[in-house]
Amino acid sequence: MASFEGRTALITGAGRGQGRSHALRFAERGADLILCDIDSDLDTVPYGLSRRSDLDETVELAEAAGARVMARVADVRDTAALDGLVADGIDSFGKIDIAVANAGIAGISTVAEMSDEAWGNMIDINLSGVFKTLRAVTPHMAGRGYGRMIATSSIVARQGSPNIGHYVAAKWGVLGLVKSLALEMAENGVTVNAVCPTSVDTAMIQNEAFRDLFLPDRDEYTLEDVERAYTELNPIPIPWVQPEDISDAVLFLASDEARFITGEAVPVALGWNARTAA
Amino acid sequence: MGRFEGRKVLVTGGARGQGRNHALRFAREGADVAVIDSVAGEIETVPYPIAEPEDLDRTVELIEAEGRSALAEVADVRSAEQMDGAVARIAERFGRIDVLVVNAGICTFGPIESMDRDLWQTMIDVNLTGAFNSVRPVVPLMLEHGFGRIVATSSMAGRAGWENIGHYAASKWGLIGMVKSLALEVADRGVTANVICPSSVNTPMMHNDSSYRLFRPDLENPTMEDALPAFQSVNVLPVPYAETDDISDAVLFLASEEARYITGATLSPSTGVNARNV
Repeated sequence: MASFEGRTALITGAGRGQGRSHALRFAERGADLILCDIDSDLDTVPYGLSRRSDLDETVELAEAAGARVMARVADVRDTAALDGLVADGIDSFGKIDIAVANAGIAGISTVAEMSDEAWGNMIDINLSGVFKTLRAVTPHMAGRGYGRMIATSSIVARQGSPNIGHYVAAKWGVLGLVKSLALEMAENGVTVNAVCPTSVDTAMIQNEAFRDLFLPDRDEYTLEDVERAYTELNPIPIPWVQPEDISDAVLFLASDEARFITGEAVPVALGWNARTAA
Repeated sequence: MGRFEGRKVLVTGGARGQGRNHALRFAREGADVAVIDSVAGEIETVPYPIAEPEDLDRTVELIEAEGRSALAEVADVRSAEQMDGAVARIAERFGRIDVLVVNAGICTFGPIESMDRDLWQTMIDVNLTGAFNSVRPVVPLMLEHGFGRIVATSSMAGRAGWENIGHYAASKWGLIGMVKSLALEVADRGVTANVICPSSVNTPMMHNDSSYRLFRPDLENPTMEDALPAFQSVNVLPVPYAETDDISDAVLFLASEEARYITGATLSPSTGVNARNV
């Protein structure tokens, strides 16, 4: 696997889950890190979000792996906070080579019953948050003539999916943003790509609301029932992948091995994508 | 230690170009490698020279120079009988086939309105039926071992239409359809099947007079220098073509443990052409 010695990576949503895994994998391979995450819950999100203590733990683990780390609480909806983080990160480490726009939320509602607030939070975080993150590093990377941007989309960005229409819309939007930015940055030595995971074993799906969604006719169920319901989605018959499996694809896209890959969406999706056009 | 230590790899069209490079890269990372090629020198309808026996010998020498075992079989991918025989002999010597790279292919040029039937038929026979003939005898061997990695070479012309290569585009779209279907059929038995979609690559398929004429129809006898800007105009990143190593990087990633949960996917080391596509 590639070395990221001397590289600096910005990762949003780094408090736990996929973001923490990306941070630790970059740290193990020699990168310095600029990290952020939220420190509060949202009414429209049916599970608890990352806390300051989660981010602190990611920092500890990354430092133990040998990385220099700058971390702060920042909400990807907050342009000033992101721009400030990027500016301070460049001050500290001299540059940002890699940006992983990973922060995201999930929610459950049919479109018919969806509130403006649920729709708004989803688009603000999962789509506009990616835009604000990537925009914040764009002038710097274009100016240096080097950059690797990776956004977390989803395998549902290749199809429709009931009960999560706002999530699906945001994740399709991420692919449109990534492909357009890839074209704009092609002359500047910057590649822009996305990963499209299937279900990942994190707090986003391992919560009561999502288990109820997957087993709507059951008052009681076991973890085995949940695993069986998730497995049915995936041609490779396991319920979900681990955050590290997504990190493998993120690190590949950030490496020199992918220098001529841009505007691409890589599905780490247990074959779900075999049923779609892309 | 390489990612493919002890693995047995088979590459079709391995005498030169992308196929030879994939073979060498796998050998460099610890694999024993078998190559199949027609080494026919010429194929009807193909305006550039096809690999010769000396090319195949040279590939074997280069694999062995990496300290790995090499096998070479002469077979035309259009012949199910020849392919079945070649694969059986390789499987007998190697004991198994862990990785299959379906790489053999041709490119010819002409508008559909005046296309000779032979031009169409040879294209479909080599690029599409040839891919089936390569996969067909190998898949049962992989299923027997409960492990396999299949990577097939399609093209950006497998995701879009292109003037003057309608038969090539049809063969490459068809290849993606076959591989996605295969991925679903074998997903529960340890075998993944994926596709790479390059744009132009620095190989003999690009560097010949008919290719130059395709890209510079305005000139009577275009040279490589005339063609380079036209090659580049098709791409998004400012390069005329990718190098064979860039394609190998993507092939080896898809064959590696890092991509174990990626199947039925297309990956485009295509200098960003895919940014204009799904």
